[in-house]
Amino acid sequence: MGASATTARGRELLARLGVAVTLGGAVLLLIDLLAQLARVDLWIIGGELAFSQLMNYLWTGLTLGLIIGLAGVGLSLTYSILNFANFAHGDYLTLGAFSGWSVAYVIAGLGTIDLASLILVDAPSSNVGASVTNTPVAVVVGLVVAIVVTVALGLALDRAVYKPMRNSEGISLLIASIGVAFILRYLAALIFGTGRRGITAPSEIPSMTVLGVQVNAHQLTILVVALVAMMAIHLLLQRTKIGKAMRAMADNRDLARITGIPTERMITATWVLGSGLAGASGYMLVLARGTLGFNDGYLLLLLIFAAVILGGIGSVYGAIVGGLLIGITSRVALVWVPGEFGRPVAFGLMILFLLFRPSGLFGGVETA
Amino acid sequence: MSTDTEGRSRLVTDAGYIAGAMLLLYVVFLILGTLQGYPVAGIISSLQRVTFLVAVYGLAVLALNLHWGYAGLFNIGVAGFMAVGVYTSVMLTAPVGASPPGLGLPLPVGILGGMLAAALVGLIAGLPALRLRSDYLAIMTVAVSEIIRFTYNSNTFSQFTGGASGFDSIPPGPIRQLLLQDASSIISEPTPLGAAIFQFMEFSGIGWISLGRPDTINILSTLLIVVVLVLVYAFLVRAVNSPYGRVLKSIREDEVAAQSLGKNTSRFKLKTFMLGCALMGLAGIMWFGAIGQSSVYPNAFRPEITFYIFIALIIGGAGSNTGSVLGGALFAGLLFEAPPRVATILTDALGVTNAPDTIIGALGPIASGQLTPMLGFLLDNMSQLRFIFVGVLLIYLIQRRPEGLLGHRSEIAAATDLSVRPSQSKGGETDE
Amino acid sequence: MSDEPGPATTNIPDDVETPDELDPESHDSAVEEAAKRTPRGIPLRVDGLRKEFGGITAVDGASFQVEAGSLTGLIGPNGAGKSTTFNCITGVHTPTAGQVQFNGENITGLEPHEVANRGLVRTFQIARELEEMTVLENMMLAPKHQRGESVVRSVTPGLRRDVVSQEEELREEVWEMLEFFELDHIAEVEAGTLSGGQRKLLEMARALMTDPEMVLLDEPLAGVNPTLEEKLLERIHELREDGYTFLFVEHDMDIIMEHCEHIIVMHQGKVLAEGGADDIRNNEAVVEAYLGEDVS
Ligand SMILES: Nc1ncnc2c1ncn2[C@@H]1O[C@H](COP(=O)(O)OP(=O)(O)OP(=O)(O)O)[C@@H](O)[C@H]1O
Ligand SMILES: [Mg+2]
Repeated sequence: MGASATTARGRELLARLGVAVTLGGAVLLLIDLLAQLARVDLWIIGGELAFSQLMNYLWTGLTLGLIIGLAGVGLSLTYSILNFANFAHGDYLTLGAFSGWSVAYVIAGLGTIDLASLILVDAPSSNVGASVTNTPVAVVVGLVVAIVVTVALGLALDRAVYKPMRNSEGISLLIASIGVAFILRYLAALIFGTGRRGITAPSEIPSMTVLGVQVNAHQLTILVVALVAMMAIHLLLQRTKIGKAMRAMADNRDLARITGIPTERMITATWVLGSGLAGASGYMLVLARGTLGFNDGYLLLLLIFAAVILGGIGSVYGAIVGGLLIGITSRVALVWVPGEFGRPVAFGLMILFLLFRPSGLFGGVETA
Repeated sequence: MSTDTEGRSRLVTDAGYIAGAMLLLYVVFLILGTLQGYPVAGIISSLQRVTFLVAVYGLAVLALNLHWGYAGLFNIGVAGFMAVGVYTSVMLTAPVGASPPGLGLPLPVGILGGMLAAALVGLIAGLPALRLRSDYLAIMTVAVSEIIRFTYNSNTFSQFTGGASGFDSIPPGPIRQLLLQDASSIISEPTPLGAAIFQFMEFSGIGWISLGRPDTINILSTLLIVVVLVLVYAFLVRAVNSPYGRVLKSIREDEVAAQSLGKNTSRFKLKTFMLGCALMGLAGIMWFGAIGQSSVYPNAFRPEITFYIFIALIIGGAGSNTGSVLGGALFAGLLFEAPPRVATILTDALGVTNAPDTIIGALGPIASGQLTPMLGFLLDNMSQLRFIFVGVLLIYLIQRRPEGLLGHRSEIAAATDLSVRPSQSKGGETDE
Repeated sequence: MSDEPGPATTNIPDDVETPDELDPESHDSAVEEAAKRTPRGIPLRVDGLRKEFGGITAVDGASFQVEAGSLTGLIGPNGAGKSTTFNCITGVHTPTAGQVQFNGENITGLEPHEVANRGLVRTFQIARELEEMTVLENMMLAPKHQRGESVVRSVTPGLRRDVVSQEEELREEVWEMLEFFELDHIAEVEAGTLSGGQRKLLEMARALMTDPEMVLLDEPLAGVNPTLEEKLLERIHELREDGYTFLFVEHDMDIIMEHCEHIIVMHQGKVLAEGGADDIRNNEAVVEAYLGEDVS
């Protein structure tokens, strides 16, 4: 009988304990952060951290987070509306990046560099001189192309792969998406090659120092594009009929279960929005990093999943907030851990959420 | 007893499947080797490599089958558990003076330690994770496997793990220790047994075939892995043809139903997860450890390798142990190892000499009716093409034949033939 | 078994220990009194059970008890909270409030397997057969604490002999049970291919293989054709005579009235009335709750 108070309550207690420990840890880290900034050194707490260094982490974390967040919106929508975890989502980013930068290169370098190496994004980046200030038209058109191509890709793949599987279980769809991921990733490798290449021309990217942080034009571009995209998503979801329907469907799995299978129109809208944002994120990932390889989107996939889970699967706004949190966490973590642990820390955060708050930051209580 | 005959006939058919698949692979690689003009020793060594891959894939796929095929646990962190197994085993057995240093313990201790460590990581990950929905479990396990890889990769621990370049002080495998007086040097004085075996393989033995020491050691080491595979297979078949296997299947089918019949499903899941992880660790040790490899490095354990193992299981048929081995063999042989060799042969046969480097260079001539440059380009990029093909195959299988080759068979989970009717004692009238 | 037991007069089988002082007709405080004195006479007691799902209160303070060796009926309109009550008793759901006692032990909030292992098993309204396992496998799964559920014993040569011998014993019991339920002709097919009625039978047969003391049946007759229905009811009476206790959810008033000696009526999560068939038939609240549905 003593044991009867067991499991259910015990598990709840454990979950609370988990949350408490996590929060406690976070508070401790915050105190430590402040101590480090103030150059106080108390036992394990404190140390030395330049304010500019922290700001730098925050700023680069923010830009990365915006990219992850936008990519996360698409993943989150397909996850909840189509009910599967799309393991090919990262490769949508890669394809978007390659197609967009291919066109941007052609526009930027046409006439001076041979066409084939421009199309294949293979020309020396310093010769092309691609940057938002040096070749603004090319960069903007490239972004649009990245979006359009990825949308087309998303719709085509839905037709070919997912549509015949509408009634399948989530796990079957997940496995199919692993197949799609292989196809996309190695298609990119086949066409564009496996080498990592520099894309933007570092010398052409103006930058300035704000509060001790190097802020460059490409990071500002990411910020602007992301804000515009978020406004657009917001209006779409709040003002249009299909957007409202999508939000209702995505937010509420029970509703989705009652109202049955989402209409084809809604599925199409989901893929258009999700793929378009994936394409844009992939394209902007290059703005942030300056380089591109055929594995890049795939390597970002787990971070995007982390964002979606933090924000709560199905929540569009949650995905964006989750993206920011993941981006910033993976950078600010470097205050405490060596560089190579930025990602593992973000994954760890995701695991904590999966375990203790699977419905995400904003989600309601999910019944088993 | 009819139990035995039924079991035996199933065993014979299954052995037939595996033998058939191996025969197919050997014929394929014999032909490939002949077409490429390999010397006999070269062909034999390529057969050895195929056997090695078949065996290690078989081990890994069997372990995954226990998780996913039987208990329905969607673990896509296989690579991570393999990494823990082999890293731990190498850290335990590497010489004390090496860099990075090991503990210099005997190999059996290393293997057991590696399996134990993998099981322990499974316990830590599984304890909280196994109650999650299967898609969450998938994401969580792949994240765990990446955390493991990043940790082994990190500079911080490189004095223990070798960091990104890996652990290259792997001690010599058991066959070397058996055949050579100084196991670390291939040219050292052989032991008496070694001398006899080397002599046999090199001269008198198989007549026209002459195999040197490295080939001999590789072949014997591969045979050793095959023995391990057979043991693991036998272990798993026994384990799941039992009430235990029945509970696992019921968890896969409907966990609430199993619980309502009094089965403590959480305990079964955790135990099974740990057992599977230990076997994944063993697979890692056999694959990347003492035999045939000179170093382990973190990037061998990218999630891709997990997906390969998954695809092999889907090909063979989730839920079937024989199917697991069969799927592993077909994937490793036909999808992974053969395509690049076929490409080389075709390139030679078609006389494609200077194939274009890029797809645009290959597309151009098509306009003027020339297909050879495109063919040459594709053949040159066979390693990419084969993964595109793997992706297409995976989608095809999950849409059209999710049960794979053998997953449709009902492999009854029981320690005895259930169809035997006690009252009428006729039994076995169906020949399913 | 052609004579149906009278609705009010109980025929408690003699191999079940039921003290004389326990008057089957007694209600409320009398039963409670009796239960306190002889807890074994009342295996199941539910006290103030409450279950909320978000805003919905599915069970709203239900209290009742079930006598040993009885066939007790639980009826109520759609959504009355019958299945939820079952789920709370068997640990599938954790109740929001209230207490469940089984054989004098507080089993509230126990896991489903803990409840089942105490001898209280249930079937589900929508049958939960294990689709890709054969009928035989489904049945063989059920017996409690099988030796071969341990990997080590299943694998180790010497120990496996015990596992096999237990399997052979269980196999015998399983075939007997399948014959009893007339499922033996489909013993080797996968459960997913059975008809709705056959699934219900299988689920009940499987529950009995756990060697329970008490069985909760959630609409065992749904989807079962009339001939089979008669047989199934017959089976239930036979089993009760063997000493099992049943709590039985059914929509059809007539069936409940005819077969159960004690009837509990639920409505909107509460116990509306309790008693013999005549009491229920003449209860105004019950008639009102069923207004619109045909009550004989
Ligand atoms: N898991 C759940 N989540 C939310 N609401 C639930 C859940 N299970 C049951 N309910 C609600 O609780 C109420 C009682 O349902 P329950 O299934 O217990 O009724 P019932 O008496 O078994 O009805 P029926 O005769 O239709 O089987 C209903 O309103 C139902 O919608
Ligand atoms: Mg019900």
